Amino acid sequence: MTSRVGATLHKIWDSDVAYSFRRSPVVVVAGVTTLLLFLIAIFAPLISPFDPLDLATIDLTNGLLPPAWHPDGNPEFVLGTDEQGRDMLSAIFYGLRLSLFVGFVSVLFAMALGITLGLISGYAGGSVDAVIMRAADVQLTFPAILVALLINGIARGIIGNERFDELAIIVVILAIGLSFWVQYARTVRGSVLVEKNKEYVQAAKVIGLHPLLILFRHILPNVMGPVLVIATINLALAIITEATLSFLGVGLPATTPSLGRLIEEGNRMLQEGKWWIAIMPSIALVILVLSVNLLGDWLRDALNPKLR
Amino acid sequence: MLAFIIRRLFQGIIVMLAVGLVAFSLFNFVGDPINSLVGIDTPLDEREKLREQLGLNDPFPIQFGRFVLNGVQGNFGLSYRMSEPVMRVIGSRLPATVELSLVAAIIALVLGVGMGVFTGLYPRAALSRIFLTVSLIGVSLPTFLTGILLILVFAVWLGVLPSFGRGDVVSFGAWTSGFFTSTGLRALILPAVTLGLFQLTLIMRLVRSEMLEVMRTDYIKFARARGLTDRAINFGHALKNTLVPVITITGLQLGAIIAFSIITETVFSWPGMGQLFIQSVQSVDIPVMATYLVLIALFFVVINLCVDLLYYAVDPRLRFDGSKGGH
Amino acid sequence: MNAIPNQPLLEVRNLRVEFPTRRGTLLAVDDVSFHIAPGEVLGVVGESGAGKSLTGAAIIGLLEPPGRVAGGEILLAGRRIDQLSYDEMRKVRGAQIGAIFQDPLTSLNPLYTVGRQLIETIQTHVKLTAQQARTRAIDLLKEVGIPAAEQRIDHYPHQFSGGMRQRVVIALALCANPKLIIADEPTTALDVSIQAQIIALIKRLCREHGTAVMLVTHDMGVIAETADRVAVMYAGRIAEIGPVREVVKNARHPYTSGLMGSIPSVGGEQGKLTQIEGSMPRLTEIPPGCAFNPRCPEAGERCVVERPDLLPAGRSSAACWLYDAAGVGRKLRQPQTVPEAVNG
Repeated sequence: MTSRVGATLHKIWDSDVAYSFRRSPVVVVAGVTTLLLFLIAIFAPLISPFDPLDLATIDLTNGLLPPAWHPDGNPEFVLGTDEQGRDMLSAIFYGLRLSLFVGFVSVLFAMALGITLGLISGYAGGSVDAVIMRAADVQLTFPAILVALLINGIARGIIGNERFDELAIIVVILAIGLSFWVQYARTVRGSVLVEKNKEYVQAAKVIGLHPLLILFRHILPNVMGPVLVIATINLALAIITEATLSFLGVGLPATTPSLGRLIEEGNRMLQEGKWWIAIMPSIALVILVLSVNLLGDWLRDALNPKLR
Repeated sequence: MLAFIIRRLFQGIIVMLAVGLVAFSLFNFVGDPINSLVGIDTPLDEREKLREQLGLNDPFPIQFGRFVLNGVQGNFGLSYRMSEPVMRVIGSRLPATVELSLVAAIIALVLGVGMGVFTGLYPRAALSRIFLTVSLIGVSLPTFLTGILLILVFAVWLGVLPSFGRGDVVSFGAWTSGFFTSTGLRALILPAVTLGLFQLTLIMRLVRSEMLEVMRTDYIKFARARGLTDRAINFGHALKNTLVPVITITGLQLGAIIAFSIITETVFSWPGMGQLFIQSVQSVDIPVMATYLVLIALFFVVINLCVDLLYYAVDPRLRFDGSKGGH
Repeated sequence: MNAIPNQPLLEVRNLRVEFPTRRGTLLAVDDVSFHIAPGEVLGVVGESGAGKSLTGAAIIGLLEPPGRVAGGEILLAGRRIDQLSYDEMRKVRGAQIGAIFQDPLTSLNPLYTVGRQLIETIQTHVKLTAQQARTRAIDLLKEVGIPAAEQRIDHYPHQFSGGMRQRVVIALALCANPKLIIADEPTTALDVSIQAQIIALIKRLCREHGTAVMLVTHDMGVIAETADRVAVMYAGRIAEIGPVREVVKNARHPYTSGLMGSIPSVGGEQGKLTQIEGSMPRLTEIPPGCAFNPRCPEAGERCVVERPDLLPAGRSSAACWLYDAAGVGRKLRQPQTVPEAVNG
């Protein structure tokens, strides 16, 4: 039993993908960093020195403290505090948690939407296919950030600005998800077109199974590689988009600050030389996006799928 | 040739109509257009009369047709927030955005294509590795962060460049330009670099991968086997073949620059259309949002048309075989 | 057949081409030696992966990295060319060694007229004015049998058919009148009906210009028709080399015998087709001793341990212990009837 597990592990370790991972120290560092950031995000409430959302723990007299290594710094607040006396390190941990959560869920949403539309488009063909793919073409001419902004504006119009903050996180996820579905749909559609006329699909029809179900089962393993690559690169993009929306003041509300919101708040203090409030969360954001991008680049080269 | 242009024009019109439909739906389904015209205390029957007058009770196709006709004449109604004709509001912001985008596009194109070609031709050179590392950081750096960092270094710490506004501008009729004053030019530097940087890295990476792809083709190997000089192979054969995909990519990127100016304009308080758009999103100023959308779509369609014409000039396969088309 | 010359045009001595990979270095071409006389056509035949194309690429100095020449010498008209700098080698390519590639559809730059590509190549190697180069280009197109060459010269590659494009490729290879042409599967991508025309064209041009040809192909039929001598390659080594008629009629190496037995046109007199059991080993799995021993009906104990070099065998040479005085040793397998291939 253990030998079999060992053999499997050895096989994974010895595979070309694993080899290309091991061979590049940069990718290994990126992988470890990403894992570390994920862990921080998951366990943020346990490892943060303070609770940045609990107003009771915040003391205004601790406001605008520089990082601990600065002569005016306070060792209690390693990365300094913002104008309200909030610990930056804790705020960054919580912000990271939100940024990653929004990023993940919106990528999953885009993936589900894209795969479904791609399946339908490829399977149905004809006018359904034409409508979906033309919509994809038109949407693709607009940058994702613009689409996300637009959806955001529409949502505000429908919900009303007053209640928007409560639903902001859902709107942001929807907005980002809706602006990233096209690539998945195209990849899946291409794969469906290849598989559709194969015998097993025809056979499934004969025995009365719904071919869409069969396609779903057979296509998914086939497109896993490309979809994974797109998803990784999209995760980086989704995190950037969320940060940008929040920075522009149309993303997550100030009560639940993500990294983008923290940077936006810090930006106001930048002119007065209180650089750490903006720069500390910025560093966290860049490290996160850079690590995910490096992993995405490596995955793309290692799996080498034909991306459209 | 003519048939080709007409077909592409027709496709462009379809795209514009589709975007117009989205914009029109915004008007009709998000918020009540009547609210933007009258006070809250207007009685219901008066509202209904106004609805009838404005044709808001007409069937959907007629309303949409009217919307398109008005749109073609540049009439998109009044801004909710500013109670001014939308086209005038946007028009006054247009020069700032166009000038910023133009400078950013030139930075992105010249440096992006140059660096992309270099890294594609000499993938092992030390300079290529530096370019690639910088580009990866560039791709991972959100535009607003680039802006903040540049402000911090050049405006706050060094104090050599302004961090907001457009400086002094010169008016030429309806157009205002910052190109002709020293404050205008200085104010342009940081925003243009910020806006251009992300596109620069994208263009560079795409040009590089196209270049690498072309260098692997049989006709490049055959050109080597014929003993052609590296110069002839790299800049005669490879570069021209890279051009076709590069034109498409850069065309799309140029369009993206105008849209991305939203972020840059917000960071640098640049008085352009992008800043206006954000303010409209925040205050749900539907007419401005819809018009901005249509305008951006128009930019894209025009750019795509130019791209197609360039294709036509570069690739003989399109010229002689219209039926195949595509790339 | 051509007269035997004093000095060979091309001489390859103990050529080794290797590919470093993560699982160790692969020897793709292993200790290959042969020569080509001026005006001679040498066929190089073998399955894909036998190292024949790599040998050609090594000679014109265009091995794809990470592949590299790891040993041996290549001499062109007595001058070593395997150690030339990139730029010196560039002047040899096209001028002294021409090349014809497999796929005429992808060998030509789609964005330039064939005239531009011809003139550019001519002017790279020969001092001619643009007008003179153009005249020469038209002459070349006429020579390779392109009708209305004066008009066709300004056409783009996509306006030519596959066969016509391969003629253009041949014209490009002939631009500077090279002494040697390396033709790598020149007919594989073409329709069968066109193949014969292209082979006839290559044959005629070489006779008229006195150009030697190294004809790399997996098609024994093409070789039998075109070549003066043939080298049979197996797993990176030459298994047998000799005059083409001799090799076809009296194959010495068991692999060659098997190869001939599997070809309908040149094979057995009774039209009985045979096949070789198994397949050529991958470069990572080449067995010790003779690489062919696991498939060889004649294999003996010696073949499993010791690797044979080329030994004289009749008018040919074969890398097989059968032609050594000591023989193959005790036979490994009982002679078996080779299963007959089903052939209508």
